[in-house]
Amino acid sequence: MTGLENLSAWVVVPVALLLFLGGSIIFVGAFGLLRLPNFYQRIHGPAITITLGAGCLLVASMILFTAVEGRLVIHELLISAFVMLTAPVVAMLIMRAAVYRDLRARRHLGPIYPRARSGD
Amino acid sequence: MTSLLEIAIGFALICVILAMVFCTIRLLVGPSAQDRVLALDTLWMCAMLLALVLGIRFVNRVYFDAALIIALLSFVSTIALAKFIMRGEIIE
Repeated sequence: MTGLENLSAWVVVPVALLLFLGGSIIFVGAFGLLRLPNFYQRIHGPAITITLGAGCLLVASMILFTAVEGRLVIHELLISAFVMLTAPVVAMLIMRAAVYRDLRARRHLGPIYPRARSGD
Repeated sequence: MTSLLEIAIGFALICVILAMVFCTIRLLVGPSAQDRVLALDTLWMCAMLLALVLGIRFVNRVYFDAALIIALLSFVSTIALAKFIMRGEIIE
């Protein structure tokens, strides 16, 4: 690896921990997207978990490049601010679209209250 | 100490690639349209993270620009898809 040979332990250990943590969180979020039974449960995986994993990886990248280049490198704040701003908006829009589509399909199938009482 | 960093970078790469595989499976089998839109959004996010981890692996700043562009494009495309599956048209 070029440029990663002579880093001190004060840099390597936090970066490695953040990489382990972020990778695990992203894996758990995507696994939830794959395995959860219902759409309204599945949306929690990407909307919450993967944003946290992205934050961990962005902080790891910031620490590593600050140590490698010997100056303060905080360009990743741009991506993290953008992801923090847009992830809730995207999740809310997809959820609104899903609710709208479900209500519309249910209205075409028949009255809403007996179906809601029968437990779906 | 460098081997610890190599192991961590490999672990993060494998996790992100497995997440992309899971998103692809959900994109292919997803029972409804909103599942597919959600899986596509997560796939964009995982592609951005893959670019970031590759930037850490090769110590190159070019991957950061790619990640930024992927983040911007993912927001626009997911908003357009969500609007489309909600109303049937994007610009009302």
